[in-house]
Amino acid sequence: MNRTDELIKEIQEVKKSYPKTKAALLPVLYLAQREFGWLRPEALEFVSEALDIPKATVKGVATFYAMYKHKLMGRHLIQLCTNVSCMIFGAERLVDFLKNKYGLEVGGTTADGRFSLVIMECIGACGTAPAMLVNDDFYENLTEKYIEEILEKYK
Amino acid sequence: MERVLLKNIENPNSADIDEYMKVGGYRSLPKALDMQPRDIIDEVKKSGLKGRGGAGFPAGMKWTFASADPKFPKYLLCNADEGEPGTFKDRPILEKNPHLLIEGMAISGYALQAEYGYIYLRGEYPDAKHALKKAIKQAYEKGFLGDNILGKGVKFHLAVHQGAGAYICGEETALIESLEGGRGQPRIKPPFPVNVGVFSAPTIVNNVETLANLPYLIEIGADAYSKIGSPDCPGPKLYCVSGHVEKPGVYELPMGTTLRDIIYTHCGGIRGGKKLKAVIPGGISTPVLPPDKIDCPMDFVNMPKHGSMLGSGAVMVFDETVCLVKVCYRALKFFEHESCGKCTPCREGTGWLRSILDRIERGEGREGDIDMLLDVAGNMFGKTFCPLGDGAASVVQNFIKHFRPEFEEHIK
Repeated sequence: MNRTDELIKEIQEVKKSYPKTKAALLPVLYLAQREFGWLRPEALEFVSEALDIPKATVKGVATFYAMYKHKLMGRHLIQLCTNVSCMIFGAERLVDFLKNKYGLEVGGTTADGRFSLVIMECIGACGTAPAMLVNDDFYENLTEKYIEEILEKYK
Repeated sequence: MERVLLKNIENPNSADIDEYMKVGGYRSLPKALDMQPRDIIDEVKKSGLKGRGGAGFPAGMKWTFASADPKFPKYLLCNADEGEPGTFKDRPILEKNPHLLIEGMAISGYALQAEYGYIYLRGEYPDAKHALKKAIKQAYEKGFLGDNILGKGVKFHLAVHQGAGAYICGEETALIESLEGGRGQPRIKPPFPVNVGVFSAPTIVNNVETLANLPYLIEIGADAYSKIGSPDCPGPKLYCVSGHVEKPGVYELPMGTTLRDIIYTHCGGIRGGKKLKAVIPGGISTPVLPPDKIDCPMDFVNMPKHGSMLGSGAVMVFDETVCLVKVCYRALKFFEHESCGKCTPCREGTGWLRSILDRIERGEGREGDIDMLLDVAGNMFGKTFCPLGDGAASVVQNFIKHFRPEFEEHIK
C-alpha cells in the first residue's frame, strides 16, 4: 500500500467518528499536515477531494487555527509561551536568548532548518512557568541553560 | 476535605483503569444506570452543582433544558479547551485521572439519553490526548462505554476531538462550530445549544471539572454533596495558582475558600517575602483585585459581590516588582490575537486597546490616553457577540479602576 492509500484509509477511519463528513475536517487537516509537512496547496487540495468539501472552505478553516502550518517549518517546532504567567518569570528574555544564541526569530526558522519558533498564548503550564512545547514534548521551569540542554536532544 | 478530583494522582499509574478501579472508580456508573435518567438529573439539580467552566450556570438546570427537548439524538460535549490564560486546572484530570472524566461522561450521557459524546480537547495538550485515547480504549474493553454498557442496554460512545489552537473555541457555540469542522466563530443565541447544538441536535456542553464531579456526586448523594463548601455554590473546587507565590500549583479545596487562604495558607504566601501588589482571581478575563480585596470567598456567588468573578479559578498573583501596565498590555495582546474577527467592537476594539497600551508601556503615552482606553472599552462592553470582547474591555476597565496612578506615571 502506498502512502496516499494509507492516508485515505486513515481518513475513512476518522470519518467514522462523526455523523457528518465535514466534522472530520480538523482531524484530517492534522493528518494532511503530518503527511505533507505543512498545509501546502496540494495538501489542501487533497483534503478538499478526500472529504468533498470546497477548497475555499478548507482553506478558510485551515487559516483560522494557529496550529496548522502554512509555510515550511523546521524539523522541530518550539512553541514558547509568553503570556502573563510566563512573562513575569522572564519568557521574553528567553525569546531574546533564542534569537541571540540560535538566530531564531519569532515565526522564523533557523538557517539549517533545525528549529522553528512560534509564540504561544498560554499552554496551561502557568504554575511551572515559563514553559514551552518542543514538538509534542512539554518543558517547564525554563531557564536559558535548561533550554540549551533541551535543544541538544533535537537534532 | 477528602480529595475527589485529584484523588490518587500521586500514583504514577493513576491514569490506568485498574488503578482507578482500585480506589473505587467505576462504582458510581452501575449505581447510576440503576436509577432513572430523570432521577439523576433531579439529583444534580438538588446538589446545587454549578458549571466549572467559568460562567457558573447550574448544571442541573442546563440538563433539564436539553432533556426536555423532544428531539433525538442528543449529544454530550466535554469542553476540554482549557485556554484561559492562567488556567491549568483541568490538565491534571485529563492527564492523570482521565477515567474520572469518562465515568462522569458515561453517567451524564445516560442521564441525558445522549448516545454520543465528544471531548473537545485543546491542541496544546498532547499528553492529555494520549492519556484520554488510551483511557477510552480501556473503558470500551471493560464495557463502561459502547452499545450495551455493563449489559444494561445503555449505549454511549465517546471520542476525542482535538482543537487546533484557538482560544475562542472554549466558548460553547464556537466549540460546536469547530467540532462541526468550521471556523471557530460563535453563533448567535438563541437558539441555545440545549435545543440546537452540534449537528443541529440538542447538546450539552459541560466543562471537564463539572463532569468529573458526577461520579462522586452519585456516590454520596446530593444531600451530602451540597454540604461541601459554600452553601449557595457547593462542591470541591480546583484552584490553580500561578505567579509570585511560594508554592504554585493546582489545589483542590472546598468551594468558597477565600483568596487570602489560597494564597497565604495553601500556597505559602508571596515568594521571597515580598509584598502582594495585585491578584487576578479567575483567569485573565476576570477583574483584577488589589491586596485589600482578597478576603473574598472564591465562589460564583460571592466573587461578583467583591468586584470580580470566579471564572476558571485561575489565580494569578503579582508581587510589588511587577509592572501592571505591562501585564495589562500583554493581556490585550492576547485578546487581539484571539479575537475571532466576527464582530466589529471586539475585532477593532482589542487592536486599539493593545496599541494604546503598547505606547503607554513604552513611555510614549499621550495625555488623554487613559480616557481613550476607557472610551474604547466602554464601547465594547456588552456590545459583542460573545464574552471575549467583554473580557478584554473589563480587563482594561479594572486595571485602570484599581491602579490608575501607575498608568498616569507611565504617561507623565
